[in-house]
Amino acid sequence: MHKDERDPHTGYKTTGHEWNGIKELNTPIPRAILLFIIVTHLFALGYWIFMPAWPLGDTYTKGLLGADQKKRVEKEVAEAAMSRQAALEAIERQDYNTIVNDLHLMALVRENGKTLFRDNCSACHGAQGQGQSGFPSLADNDWLWGNSPEQIAKTIRVGVNADHPESRSSEMLAFGRDQLLQRGDVLDLVSYIESLSGKVPKNADSADSADSDGIALPKGQSIFAENCATCHGADAKGSTETGAPDLTDDIWIYGAGSDTIFHTIWDGRKGVMPSWDGRLTPLQQKILTLYVLGLNEEEQ
Amino acid sequence: MIQQLTKFERRFGLVISVLVAGAGLTLIGMSEDGLLAIHGTIILAAGFIAALLTGGTIHEPEPDAKRLESYYDDPIKFGIIVSMIWAVFGMFMGVWVATLLAYPEWTFDAAWSSFGRLRPVHTTGVIFGFGGNALIATSFHVMQRTSRARMADQLSPWFVLLGYNLFCILAVSGYFMGITQSKEYAEPEWYADIWLVIVWVAYFALYMRTLARRREPHIYVANWYYLAFILVVAVLHIVNNLAVPVSFGHIKSYSAFSGVQDAMTQWWYGHNAVAFFLTAGFLGMLYYYLPKRAGRPIYSYRMSIIGFWGITFFYMWAGSHHLHFTALPQWVQTLGMTFSVMLLVPSWIAAANALLTLNGAWGKVRDDATLRFMFLAAVFYGLSTFEGSFMAIRSVNALSHYTDWTVGPVHAGALGWVALITFGSFYALVPWLWKREGMYSSKLVEVHFWLALSGTLVYVFAMWNSGVIQGLMWRTYNESGALAYSFNESMVAMHPYYIARAIGGLLFLAGAVVGFYNIWKTTKMDTVQSSVPSGDGLIADDASHSR
Repeated sequence: MHKDERDPHTGYKTTGHEWNGIKELNTPIPRAILLFIIVTHLFALGYWIFMPAWPLGDTYTKGLLGADQKKRVEKEVAEAAMSRQAALEAIERQDYNTIVNDLHLMALVRENGKTLFRDNCSACHGAQGQGQSGFPSLADNDWLWGNSPEQIAKTIRVGVNADHPESRSSEMLAFGRDQLLQRGDVLDLVSYIESLSGKVPKNADSADSADSDGIALPKGQSIFAENCATCHGADAKGSTETGAPDLTDDIWIYGAGSDTIFHTIWDGRKGVMPSWDGRLTPLQQKILTLYVLGLNEEEQ
Repeated sequence: MIQQLTKFERRFGLVISVLVAGAGLTLIGMSEDGLLAIHGTIILAAGFIAALLTGGTIHEPEPDAKRLESYYDDPIKFGIIVSMIWAVFGMFMGVWVATLLAYPEWTFDAAWSSFGRLRPVHTTGVIFGFGGNALIATSFHVMQRTSRARMADQLSPWFVLLGYNLFCILAVSGYFMGITQSKEYAEPEWYADIWLVIVWVAYFALYMRTLARRREPHIYVANWYYLAFILVVAVLHIVNNLAVPVSFGHIKSYSAFSGVQDAMTQWWYGHNAVAFFLTAGFLGMLYYYLPKRAGRPIYSYRMSIIGFWGITFFYMWAGSHHLHFTALPQWVQTLGMTFSVMLLVPSWIAAANALLTLNGAWGKVRDDATLRFMFLAAVFYGLSTFEGSFMAIRSVNALSHYTDWTVGPVHAGALGWVALITFGSFYALVPWLWKREGMYSSKLVEVHFWLALSGTLVYVFAMWNSGVIQGLMWRTYNESGALAYSFNESMVAMHPYYIARAIGGLLFLAGAVVGFYNIWKTTKMDTVQSSVPSGDGLIADDASHSR
């Protein structure tokens, strides 16, 4: 059954084998393939000569170029840090006021701050610093911990309710859940708080409170004075000392609406901002501080 | 179908089924967490159903001895249908995870549907479910035809196929519940891994026993590739999955490797899974169905030889190119890179051998969508192996690594090569196996071809664009020497390409659905005895063969 056949199309002979109708031609290896084999093998051989390649017990062939990827990356990282330092050292050296008034330096802040902000801050505060539920907007003029560059820089450095030893700390108690206030009291409080920012409360006719509109507000006011004024102030304008927000404006960290406010009073709040001290250099923190202040100006 | 098994095989099958059910029961009994008990229940149910099927027919008479004159094709038919079911499922999951990348809210806030769980469902579904069943089914067909011998027994092929699918079901159902050992493409936990070893050894034994019965003096190339696939996958699977379970009552296990050794073992496994599962096995398919369909002899036996040995030798070294610029020592990276470059030539020899085989049959390629599937598969094979070697070069890898540029060529290989050669082979094989005049609709084969091609192109071009843009954005510095773009901005830039990718995947999925429908309808057509090519139905004896 071994018989050579010639394939009429290519002119090559078959190998004489057949498997269920499949035959093979005995076509020689094309020259081009031999050439490619030689080229790729020479490339590999050359690469082995110049670069680290073959293991030798507990060491390896180092290659004629003495390449070492670890040393190379360390060198490149150090060089990059040097060049960044040179470009940005004016920002490090000058005080906030000088930088804010220097157009060139502020351009640098915007260019570098944007990437820093988007890589580190935007997950919570939004790409434009607009904030989202639970994370305050940085683009408005309302600052929980004060609007000076120094205050903002401190918040970035130590965080809020973070694990940094100097961390800012701020907590809204769970007045309802921890039974500091009754349900009816909380509802009255909600009505009062909504009225502070000029809203006519929708649910002043709350089911649990038999009081009419006229009584709910004074009652809410007295509950507020007893329980809330310590942090939020007697005028409810908040305090940058305690990080308690202003309740008389129309800015709501967790969203407006009586349901949300009720939830906040009932279950309390304890937002966290991590400390960035371990992750960002002082220079980067300074750039971010200025960048965040800049967001605020763009808004205006 | 079960009546075709001999009485002894049915009894033996019953014993195995009871053992499997017992294993399931044992897992339930030992379970310290609910998860292992759920998997024990699945195993118990599988064993129970198999015991019912074998036990219910145990008193049926012995099958007709005439069956031994023909090939044993029932398991192949089963494998093809199951493979197509996995294809539709796995590709649907692929479209879903692609959509998640553009619209993350499509997880519907559930744990089981988070990206991290769905993604391995997709990869396992298409690679092991679709690809694995296709490989097992076609290998059963090719080894019998090219050996001119019936399979060594009738029980082993069922054990292999059903056992393998049990493994796939354990894998996929586990991911939904969060069971994973976090090794890419080797996610299933220790008990599923042990089961696969048993199945795989039976597969290897069946293949060798059938080859030993061959009535051809020589072993055909396709068998070399299938054997390499079976043997090497066994080695890879066992080594990479060496692990110690927390306890025998717990799903969780810890790998025997740690740190950079773990990474290296994983990518030695991962890359050779591409090499021997997704390349060698499917080259076996290519080497049988392409010349058969084209009616042409293989272009060069010599190219087959150097292609095969080049691929098997060089691939083994290439895994470390997945770990360029990592903690892996540089000399290991060098070896991975240089062997990847040398690997290009044998890869292209295999592709060229396939394409040159079509010389003299280009008219058929034009007219016959089935052959065109195989032709295009060989082209995409050449394309993706080129990119693989190219991206293994360190300076290229510096740009491409961790970007969508990796995902692009992977899918040029997975869609363009693996899936297309499988569909082409199925379209050739289904009418032969079921003895039908042809496919139910050749128009639908044509429709599938264009859906598959356009889907692949849309997908691959989207990923090339997005990958290169991503890579460049990540390495662009501003004048101060700081990064010019945030990661966030590179994500925004990817968004349109991610939408395009999902559309490409959807086109490809639509093609697979059309293909499944067409195959299903074909199985429902009338039998036409004369449509079977000579030598494909009955086992030819030596006298009639050498006529």
